[in-house]
Amino acid sequence: MIQSLLPNIADLHKIEVYEANGGYQALRKALGMKPEEVTDEVKKSNLRGRGGACFPTGLKWTFMPKVTPKPKYLCVNGDESEPGTFKDRQIFESNPHVMIEGIVIACYAMGITTAYLYIRGEYGKWVRMVQKAVDDASAKGYIGQNILGTGFSTQLVVHKGAGAYICGEESALMNSLEGERGYPRVKPPFPAQYGLWGCPTTINNVETLSNVPIIINNGWEWYSKIGAPKHPGPILVGVSGHVNKPGVYEMPTGVPLLEIIYKHAGGVPGNKGIKAVIPGGSSTPILRGDQLEGVCMDADSMKAAGSAVGTAGVIVMDEDTDLIQVIARIAKFYHHESCGQCTPCREGTGWLHKILDRFVRGDGRREDIDLLMDVANNIEGNTICALGDAAAWPVQSMIRRFRDEFEKRVHEAVPAEQVPA
Amino acid sequence: MLSEASLQKIEELKTKYPTTQAMTLPVLWMVQEEHGFISPEAMKYVADLLKVSYGHVFGVVTFYTMYNARKIGKHHIEVCTNVSCMLRGSGKIVEHLEHRLGIKMGETSRDGTWTLSEVECMGSCGTAPMCAVGEEYYENLNPEKVDSVLNKLQ
Ligand SMILES: Cc1cc2nc3c(=O)[nH]c(=O)nc-3n(C[C@H](O)[C@H](O)[C@H](O)COP(=O)(O)O)c2cc1C
Ligand code: SF4
Ligand code: FES
Repeated sequence: MIQSLLPNIADLHKIEVYEANGGYQALRKALGMKPEEVTDEVKKSNLRGRGGACFPTGLKWTFMPKVTPKPKYLCVNGDESEPGTFKDRQIFESNPHVMIEGIVIACYAMGITTAYLYIRGEYGKWVRMVQKAVDDASAKGYIGQNILGTGFSTQLVVHKGAGAYICGEESALMNSLEGERGYPRVKPPFPAQYGLWGCPTTINNVETLSNVPIIINNGWEWYSKIGAPKHPGPILVGVSGHVNKPGVYEMPTGVPLLEIIYKHAGGVPGNKGIKAVIPGGSSTPILRGDQLEGVCMDADSMKAAGSAVGTAGVIVMDEDTDLIQVIARIAKFYHHESCGQCTPCREGTGWLHKILDRFVRGDGRREDIDLLMDVANNIEGNTICALGDAAAWPVQSMIRRFRDEFEKRVHEAVPAEQVPA
Repeated sequence: MLSEASLQKIEELKTKYPTTQAMTLPVLWMVQEEHGFISPEAMKYVADLLKVSYGHVFGVVTFYTMYNARKIGKHHIEVCTNVSCMLRGSGKIVEHLEHRLGIKMGETSRDGTWTLSEVECMGSCGTAPMCAVGEEYYENLNPEKVDSVLNKLQ
């Protein structure tokens, strides 16, 4: 029975190996249940989305109308472009069938007959691997017409993106699937009412859906006891930056950040101190090295610490890191990726980028620090999609927690009267 | 413009999407795979094929960074300079590449062999620094490894 996302089993990406280890048993079990029972199981398990917002998955599924004359769709979000995030790639590579199994179960639960798996264009190699796995699963009757003879049918279409971070935002993803530019849509209406081609649609992250077979196999009670009670389950944590063993580690939610860094990722090279940690991908607020004690990888603990789980992409920075360079690079990213629809985001991200570049050059002005805060505050909450917030949070948190770093880079112009004649 | 094999694939794709417009991205990928870039003629061709406007196709090509509206070098080297890579020395990799190839970021070598681009996070942060050449990822780079990649591709 598959009990984890990345079990240590050689060649698990091969369908025979997956089957030999209990793969697709959850699908059999789910198909023997009523669709509502499957949704209920997921709801009670307390599984929360792994795409960044930690939204309760079962609850999201219940937003889908039961009866509708329109087709319903599932979008599987494999756009994975948040800097510091590289975990869905690991699922594509090492355990694609747990994701496929989860997708088919989700389709059954919501009465969906077409699922689109959107994978970022840069992952061309992984698109091929996943397509192979999908073809193998179809050949065995796990996807397609009359699945396992039950009369239930659903198809899974792998769709390759073409380079645009914004297409990971769920409504931009739907527009991109429709063949449009990846512009986020104004909400409401929400996807469950008006999604792909105006039809009821659910969007879930790759890792989120990969948890579903584990829940079905073991039951919600078992699952809900893994890790942090309000945000349970196994979670894939990607650790990068200044650690000895960067990589993706599977662990229960609720593991202390320091344990992640020192036990799993082998500590900091040269035994240096930690200056700062970004705990959940580039958009999550940065934490100071001296405030990590007791902070754990779950929604509540991160919130209490003034940050967020995000995509669980932990970026570690040692004591010698130039944080101004880090925040300037992050600002450049959001400026580059802004789709340009909303003025606060389009203009604001440009301003942040430009002002922060001044600090990198040592040309910052004292009033620029407050200006940065002001620009970020004016973006936050005033845009169509959350990219605006994602651009604002890192800047706000960096100024709040590392104001001294900015002050050190202020260019103190010599007053005119002191300039020697 | 497109090979028989691609045209056949397009017929298959029609069963997977309710509109032809939804096939814009997949069909543009086919064009780029066969021709290396997407010319104005190719955009016109795709527009006719999918019964959408030229403006629509142009808009899509220019929105997504991976579509090349212009011819680029035989080998496209894309170096990630985002945070995780930066922390592990992507700056040195960029410097080394520029030096070795004699071109700056965003340029194509005179003989048309190399195009060098700076890109955003490629999902390889745990194996940083990295670069991609086409679909291939080269990870845990250092200057020596860059040299061996270049020698292999030449
Ligand atoms: C700018 C932006 C980029 C996003 N990128 C991704 C992404 O690459 N992958 C992902 O799963 N979710 C991404 N999200 C979150 C999605 O909008 C959505 O919440 C998520 O896919 C829902 O799945 P979940 O509930 O299973 O987490 C992004 C959100 C924003 C605002
Ligand atoms: S917030 Fe930014 S990325 Fe999102 S819709 Fe507005 S301009 Fe586009
Ligand atoms: S930051 Fe370079 S691959 Fe993610």
